[in-house]
Amino acid sequence: MNPFSVHGPRNLRGVIWMAVAVVVVAGGLAMASLLPEGSPFHASAFVVSLAGKYLAYAMLALSVDLVWGFAGILTLGHAAFFALGGYAMGMYLMREIGARGVYGNASLPDFMIFLSWKSLPWYWWGSEHFAWAALLVVAVPGLLAGVFGWLAFRSRVSGVYLSIITQALTYALMLAFFQNGLGFGGNNGLTDFKDILGADLHAPLTRAVLLVVTGVLLAASLLAARFVVASRFGHLLVAVRDAENRTRFLGYRPDQVKLLVWVFSAMVAGLGGALYVTQVGIINPGEFAPANSIESVIWVAVGGRGTLCGAVLGAILVNLGKTLFTAWLPEFWLYGLGFLFIGTTLFLPQGIMGLLRHVRKPPAEEVTPEVSDTQGGEA
Amino acid sequence: MPVNLPPLSRRAFGRLALAASAAAVGGMWRTAPARAAAPTGEPIRVGILHSLSGTMAISETTLKDVMLMLIAEQNRRGGVLGRPLEPVVVDPASNWPLFAEKARQLLSVDRAAAVFGCWTSVSRKSVLPVFEELNGILFYPVQYEGQECSRNIFYTGAAPNQQAIPAVDYLLSEDGGGAKRFALIGTDYVYPRTTNQILVNYLKAKGIADADIMVNYTPFGQSDWQTIVSQIKAFGSAGKKTAVVSTINGDANVPFYKELGNQGISATDIPVMAFSVGEEELAGMDTAPLVGQLAAWNYFESIDTPANTSFIKQWHDYTKNPKRTTNDPMEAHYIGFNMWVQAVTKAGTTDHDKVIDAMIGIRQPNLTGGVAEMLPDHHLTKPVYIGEIQEDGQFSVVWKTPSLVPGQAWSPWVPETRDLIGDWSKPIACGNYNTATKTCLGHRHA
Amino acid sequence: MRSACLVVALWLGAVLLPGACAYADAFSGLGSARPDEMLGAISTLAVSGDPQAGTVLRALGERHLFAAPDGGLYIRQGETCVDARTGQPVATVPDGLKPVRLNNRIRTALAGAQASMALLAPQAETRLKAADALYARHDPAMVPTLEHALSVEKDAAVRTRLMQARAATILAQPAQQDTQDQRLEAVRSLAAVGGLEARGILAGVAQSDAEAPQVRHAAQAAVSSMDWHLRAWSVAQNAFYGLSYGSVLLLAATGLAITFGVMGVINMAHGEMMMIGAYVTWMVQQAIRVSVPALEPVAILVAIPVAFVVCGGMGVLIERGLIRFLYGRPLETLLATWGLSLILQQAVRSIFGPTNIAVQTPAWLSGSVAVGGMDITLNRLAILVFAALVLGGLMLVLRRTPLGLQMRAVTQNRRMAALMGIRTPRVDALAFGLGAGLAGLAGVAVSQIDNVSPNLGQSYIIDSFMVVVFGGVGNLWGTLAAAMALGMGGKVLEPAIGAVSAKIAILVLVILYIQRHPRGMFPVRGRGVES
Repeated sequence: MNPFSVHGPRNLRGVIWMAVAVVVVAGGLAMASLLPEGSPFHASAFVVSLAGKYLAYAMLALSVDLVWGFAGILTLGHAAFFALGGYAMGMYLMREIGARGVYGNASLPDFMIFLSWKSLPWYWWGSEHFAWAALLVVAVPGLLAGVFGWLAFRSRVSGVYLSIITQALTYALMLAFFQNGLGFGGNNGLTDFKDILGADLHAPLTRAVLLVVTGVLLAASLLAARFVVASRFGHLLVAVRDAENRTRFLGYRPDQVKLLVWVFSAMVAGLGGALYVTQVGIINPGEFAPANSIESVIWVAVGGRGTLCGAVLGAILVNLGKTLFTAWLPEFWLYGLGFLFIGTTLFLPQGIMGLLRHVRKPPAEEVTPEVSDTQGGEA
Repeated sequence: MPVNLPPLSRRAFGRLALAASAAAVGGMWRTAPARAAAPTGEPIRVGILHSLSGTMAISETTLKDVMLMLIAEQNRRGGVLGRPLEPVVVDPASNWPLFAEKARQLLSVDRAAAVFGCWTSVSRKSVLPVFEELNGILFYPVQYEGQECSRNIFYTGAAPNQQAIPAVDYLLSEDGGGAKRFALIGTDYVYPRTTNQILVNYLKAKGIADADIMVNYTPFGQSDWQTIVSQIKAFGSAGKKTAVVSTINGDANVPFYKELGNQGISATDIPVMAFSVGEEELAGMDTAPLVGQLAAWNYFESIDTPANTSFIKQWHDYTKNPKRTTNDPMEAHYIGFNMWVQAVTKAGTTDHDKVIDAMIGIRQPNLTGGVAEMLPDHHLTKPVYIGEIQEDGQFSVVWKTPSLVPGQAWSPWVPETRDLIGDWSKPIACGNYNTATKTCLGHRHA
Repeated sequence: MRSACLVVALWLGAVLLPGACAYADAFSGLGSARPDEMLGAISTLAVSGDPQAGTVLRALGERHLFAAPDGGLYIRQGETCVDARTGQPVATVPDGLKPVRLNNRIRTALAGAQASMALLAPQAETRLKAADALYARHDPAMVPTLEHALSVEKDAAVRTRLMQARAATILAQPAQQDTQDQRLEAVRSLAAVGGLEARGILAGVAQSDAEAPQVRHAAQAAVSSMDWHLRAWSVAQNAFYGLSYGSVLLLAATGLAITFGVMGVINMAHGEMMMIGAYVTWMVQQAIRVSVPALEPVAILVAIPVAFVVCGGMGVLIERGLIRFLYGRPLETLLATWGLSLILQQAVRSIFGPTNIAVQTPAWLSGSVAVGGMDITLNRLAILVFAALVLGGLMLVLRRTPLGLQMRAVTQNRRMAALMGIRTPRVDALAFGLGAGLAGLAGVAVSQIDNVSPNLGQSYIIDSFMVVVFGGVGNLWGTLAAAMALGMGGKVLEPAIGAVSAKIAILVLVILYIQRHPRGMFPVRGRGVES
């Protein structure tokens, strides 16, 4: 039995509810943060920045769910796209600092000065413009995903092979970004940002606006993703996931179908990364670490693969748990995280969403199409 | 007497909270961790921001333990301002953005009066904006690359001029072997990069030619050193006395020294001067082939002073392990913590601004002799020791600076920062003051 | 007055000649805190002919020499205490004894002094070693000592070495007009010796302006011909590095090749199995040290089967307790085993502490042997051999045992194998156990070259996966070829573009290769494996 039934396209109502909930929560927290500090409904900057971070992670989870849940590509390197989007935004934020760095140099970021760079490398060109940065945020991950996916899907790399080379991709990028010679600040990455579009990043209003923007963009991505998977194209996608060869024999081009969703997903991840950097205030090669990509897959698994809403829910809940337990049980939280992964895969194969549906409907109503056994090795 | 069992009670609280539903984030944060019964008043919270899991746990866990010990000791002595101290331990899990998040939590949720934490430079860089925004106090206990001077950070570890420069002076001296050729080997991150940049300029000023300096960087966790060690060997065969200056990051040192030993390079052939190898790292190595290799620190466990002996005894009693070693960053926390206690006592409040101002000029005896003084640039005066590795995993001091060395935030050996100083005392009150143009470049306190 | 004499002698920078001061001064100099005085004392003692000199210098080198506040010197060995000057045991150990401290400069001088004394030792072997040491040290002041030794030496091998040492020593002296011929001779002699040390001395001569032109040219020619020689050897040396790196990768990857190949399980806790293997090695060493100290040097050999059994047993437990519920969903086993790896890491951290532990390297695995112009480090060589043995053993198991037959059957077509009566669950459990056991063996090997800490596994897991995927899942020859290719490739690129870039380049090459050959270098063919 394939535990991941094609329920994704049928959960329109759920997706709309989730999108509205995300916007409402983000908006509510943003408003609450603008209340005076004494007010009982005041939300501290800490809570606002945490919420922003969770929502940015939710975008990453959403992008992972798109490819894993609907195209059957288990990516172990999606954090690379997230981080690239983050770096693109980080470059802009770095340039916004201007002459307020510790060396007071208006044209070069601090890390370049102490590494004795004389001028900006070519790929920093235009990074002072927000519009260019915004373009790069989706273009760079999209382009990388395009080249990588085109090569991989064309030659029918699939299953664990694909998983491992996505992991190799993010690992190689991590090592590359660690190098100081690359011009992205090495291990320290980009940090100590001051402004975005002239607004002070540390001001409560800027934070509130950023949170709302993140919420709205997440909701929009959620709806766009839902539109993609519910369309004719989406059906094709699921067909490719469940029986790639059969789809090919019917005259479709699975490689092109996969490539499209792969690139779209990378762009969503990049956008998430950009929003993440503005609210967390640092981007460094650690974001490329293979462990991060694996974790993002786990958020999706916890929430429920192939449901879109589940990805958002999983990302938020797991990260909330991580925040709480690293503070309460600093020495034991890793056990919790480990058991969460094991427990989810053993007892909640369809994640929280599966549990919810189970509670709402008697299980007999769930009809899942049987897929060929040979596909089981690949899904 | 305040009862001091905060870690346990926090844990118990955590279990309770686990049972409770995970709703209402905002509200949850307000619930303070269970407080120890404190007859003497509202506890003062002290944040401990060290990784307990992930790659840095190997070094940082010890610092968490030493902070808990120091706080327990202070509480036994009656706390500070008659109030008990309460440690707040969090785990940033060697994840740099998580450091920023946890710093914000310690400052804005737990209202920590001071935070002791960070090890790597990137973790410090990650929390720096948070500490500046929320006007917190961070004590950073590790030797670092300098080129930074924040009003909200007290750098209790060594600046480059308190470790790297004296170490190279020693290698150049007759006793150090009179080295004429230097291989600067490091892990590729900002501390080795900056330190080596400073050292290259310094060595050139000392008349060492470009061709006699080799710089090499390796990735984190490098475990196969065969090629690099053989390169060092070849570099050392040019007919001049050669020395290695190692800024290799903690974890990669064990395989590096193993390879040195196996390829037969002994300290008398090519001495290796390390800046990141301390007692704790040696505890994981078989030191017999390393005897005579060097390290530069401001503290060694083997230094025989009454203060150090009693500190080591206290540490062994606290950890119930007579073999646990002490090291330089632990002493830095010891000095930093005691200075903070003094400053709070002097200011009569834990108010961050008042404590920051009170910190400058505070004096605290080092464990190894001499008195550390907090300078206006938030660095300390420190003695510098060169130690040789012994068979028993300890260092024996072979050289020390004749007097205490004041820390310099900005290196005079880097052209861009030649004229910069940090001075947080009035009237300058600036982290990057240019003494040539008499202007503050922007690191100013409002 | 005596110490004044010493100071004056040092002031002149002269090497002390016998008789400059009475030898008793030399002894008291040893206890001095000043390196200069110690150096003087060592040189004096070496040539004093005092019967106690050898013993005292050896005690100094081994850090058994202690100084009393009153200037007395004592050699302490365990509980016994001997007066250094007289060699007589002392009844009561004086108070305030402090060990005499060394630094590298003194250690070097000490080695030289000991070598110069050993030149006149009765055994040829000792004299040869001493000549070696003096060659390595080539201290200009040693010329008279060497001349003297040469004049009495009979043994041919020792004589040759002494001549070479003299040549090196002569070249280490500053050049003078009338010594040209002698120096030219020395250059030729050294050029014939070869090796990095000779090159070092000759390079110094070749660069020196004070040198006579013909000597300098001879040295330059010698250096450039040696460089050619050294470069040729360095190719061989690099090949060895590549093989050795490849063998580590191979050990780390064979276990994965089994679990991956037979069961299609991506075991993310594989690295942690290696880590546990390394910790088992440490525990075995500790246990043997306490119980049978005599066996300590071979503790590592004892650890091999223990690690295999412990890790293999854990593997079977993991398969029975976790993996078997997830068959047919291999990518979810990835998540579950990742969770498991977090738990194992944290458990080891809680039990053994987060810091590195010191796994001893026995003496027979330390050091290196010179083969022509290259150094073969013994621990690397041992790992190379070990990897070959493990691979060979595994091949035997797979080809010659019923279990191997069944495993191959399951790999090729699980359903068919089950229909033929093979109990596939049992084969799965044993295969997983075998894979974990192999990881444990890799852990034993890695404990000899790397950190042993809870993070150990993390640093190998990605590389191991790359090897398995690159070679082709389910094919041991592929794993071998991939490990060696990645190891060699890395080591060939490393000197040219640096360690970091080499690693990135290798990763990119593997990614591109997989695009061309989606099933690795040696794809397994069969009905079941085609999806």
